[in-house]
Amino acid sequence: MFTYVLKRLLYAIPIALSVTVVSFVLVYLAPGDPLNAIAPADAPAEVIEALKSAYGLDRPVPVQYGLWLLRAVQGDLGTSIASGRAVTGEVMSAVSNTLLLAGIAAFGGVLVGCVLGAVAGYRHGTWVDRVATILSVVGVSIPHYWLGLVLTIVFSIWLGWFPAMGAGPGGSSEWLWDAGHFKYLVLPALTLSVIPMGIITRTVRALVSDMLEQEFVVALRARGLSGHAVFRHIAKNTAPTVLAVAGLQIGYLMGGSILVETVFAWPGTGFLLNTAIFQRDIPLLQGTILVLCMFFVVLNLVVDILQPLIDPRMGRG
Amino acid sequence: MKHTSKQLSRWLATLSLVFTLHAGLHAETVARYGISMADIPLTTGQPDRGAGAYQFTGHTLYDPLVAWEANVGNRPGKLVAGLATQWKADPKDNKKWLFTLRKGVKFHDGSEFRADAVIWNLDKVLVDKSPQFDVKQSAQVRPRIPSVASYRKVDDYTVEITTKEVDALFPYQLPWFLISSPSQWEKLGKDWSKVAVQPSGTGPFKLDKLVPRERADLVKNVAYWDKNRMAKTDRIVLVPIPDAMTRVNALLNGQVDIIETPPPDVLPQLKSSGFKLVQNVTPHVWPYHFSTQPGSPWTDIRVRKAANLAIDRDAIVKLMGGLATPAKGQVDASNPWFGKPTFKLGYDLPAARALMAEAGYSQAKPLKAKVIIAQGGTGQMLSLPMNEFIQQSLAEVNIQVSFEVVELENLYLHWRSGAKADMNASKGISAINLGYVTADPFYAITRFADSRYVAPNGVNWGGYSNPKVDAALDKIRTTFDVKMQDSLLAMVHQTMVDDALMLWVVHDVNPHAMSPKVKEFIQAQHWFQDLTTIRM
Repeated sequence: MFTYVLKRLLYAIPIALSVTVVSFVLVYLAPGDPLNAIAPADAPAEVIEALKSAYGLDRPVPVQYGLWLLRAVQGDLGTSIASGRAVTGEVMSAVSNTLLLAGIAAFGGVLVGCVLGAVAGYRHGTWVDRVATILSVVGVSIPHYWLGLVLTIVFSIWLGWFPAMGAGPGGSSEWLWDAGHFKYLVLPALTLSVIPMGIITRTVRALVSDMLEQEFVVALRARGLSGHAVFRHIAKNTAPTVLAVAGLQIGYLMGGSILVETVFAWPGTGFLLNTAIFQRDIPLLQGTILVLCMFFVVLNLVVDILQPLIDPRMGRG
Repeated sequence: MKHTSKQLSRWLATLSLVFTLHAGLHAETVARYGISMADIPLTTGQPDRGAGAYQFTGHTLYDPLVAWEANVGNRPGKLVAGLATQWKADPKDNKKWLFTLRKGVKFHDGSEFRADAVIWNLDKVLVDKSPQFDVKQSAQVRPRIPSVASYRKVDDYTVEITTKEVDALFPYQLPWFLISSPSQWEKLGKDWSKVAVQPSGTGPFKLDKLVPRERADLVKNVAYWDKNRMAKTDRIVLVPIPDAMTRVNALLNGQVDIIETPPPDVLPQLKSSGFKLVQNVTPHVWPYHFSTQPGSPWTDIRVRKAANLAIDRDAIVKLMGGLATPAKGQVDASNPWFGKPTFKLGYDLPAARALMAEAGYSQAKPLKAKVIIAQGGTGQMLSLPMNEFIQQSLAEVNIQVSFEVVELENLYLHWRSGAKADMNASKGISAINLGYVTADPFYAITRFADSRYVAPNGVNWGGYSNPKVDAALDKIRTTFDVKMQDSLLAMVHQTMVDDALMLWVVHDVNPHAMSPKVKEFIQAQHWFQDLTTIRM
């Protein structure tokens, strides 16, 4: 097991390094000038040149990358060109907000997806199955942005049950776990949870209905095992696949959704990325992309480690 | 006993009513303002994010030496005394300007405003070797005060600023230059990032709370020096909501009381729900800026005039839900710099077709031109639908326009480089569509009409050059009488219109939507707005 974990950890290093290269280069490939974020559009050439020099943008790109990587491995992601604030602080604050939102959305999406999928799998071909399938197809297909707006119009403007935007009455820095703050989470979390819910429902349904027709289930039933006991066996056998799919979905959620966070003005990583892209704030963009990619890397690592714990056959390979 | 107890309960009830009324009278008034920016603009002294940001963290927290009158809405504002009570050019040497400073003004941190603070602030943005130099603040304001050559303290309440050459319009540059407290910077360890959270100016509001990207709370400065500009609301909460629909939802839901730029298609809903719409003449124009460089299809004035006559501007205003006014020139017709152009912008297809025919173009031989446009962004209004409308309108008069669509940030690069630059010329781009701020003489007229500012020396993008205009602009620089300045500017403007320097389409009206809880908000005819006028 130790060797397995070590191997996975070592694999993560070149992946992370590639991520840094890609995130750095991609930003430079995009058209536009990062100095537009800080200089007026008609700033004269000498002001632009002075700014380039002040922010080190006059150096060759490989040199900029080297210096950035050197600082990044020490936990310093530089300073945002647009705001002048430390990127590490900006990203961490946004990450904590996204974790809060994505955590709730992932919990809701995976839980509902598992339940709906299991029920549909057990009731294969019945109206329950059809309803669950329709729900999952709608969940996967519906545009986030549109759903967020519709939910806001219904539950926020017409019914007045939930706020239309924001991360709490005093902002995310004053977040409290009470009803007054929790209601700010409901609509964005619901919007975000729909896709993982749809995907997990489809996955679980397919696995369960397939599993129910396998010989070992027939054998278990022939031995006189109760429905609960059979379900336990099915759950254990479907878990590794569900875990892998859920891991990916949670990764997407942790990455923040640019559209959902913008619709709800939720100050998470998606909102931050959106701002950074439009302002060509290179350090902020690079820092955010790096941290988000590392989320995926770490999450995949965790899934890779968890899978053999659930199904020891996977660790042997 | 029963009587006494009844009397006592009456007294208690009255007392509680008095207390309630008293508390009600002194309850803090709060206005929550949904702004269209993604973050709170810089709070250290010079706001970033353009002219529109000055109303939020500029002229609220700080004051300039010479201010812009932004608390009137029924006429264009003018320059008024700020931290300087008087300013005048030295009659012996017109390059020297003497500023008499206001006495008894204190920064929010309690330190006194004197000449040293002015010099310190000028060093802060102009001298990169000074300890307080801040590259971010400098980037914002240095291009706005290009005339400053040197400066010195004459005494505690007098400052002398020398301009690079005689520039009678120099005072117009000063509302951009805001004065922050040197003491506060010292007190906070000479760290601008700390000053951003605890800024100190002399303005009508103090910053009470800052949560980056989420909110900034401005509270009334009860000790503000200008009693005519005391804030009418105790607290203004600025909430960045970049998405237009989200801003509208927040307003409808009651999370904010005022929003900027509601999208045109929701106006009927807002109005029918009892929300107010406030708009005004705004120094902005949405044009096609033509290239007049050799080889450009727009070098022929008949073609430029035909384009101006081919657009049904009223229809575009309708497309914008009424959130625009038809352009008659670079500035609004009510502006003192408008003048009396002989070429009247309007919708006259027969006249436009005749001009095109005279220039040698027809349906069989249309004029072809490429225009670079942005897909959207600040100041661009409804960029794509408006451009498509113009494309179809110009086709009616045998002008076939194709578009090079880029992001706004990229469009700025093409703009700064000028029509002659390879990035434009090699692609055959002969016009650019960019919303222009036209707030002061330089921004409205000089930078586009003066041949000294032909790109890349400035943003005379198309290379317009008219010796008569150049001579008038030179004369303005040495004319210190404001009325004479206005009449010369009017002469330049009317020449620009008569030369059809651009295809002027509409002016923005800077719309705001607000809940009935907002009792008063005076919208100035400017990008600088005065938030002290908000009354709840």
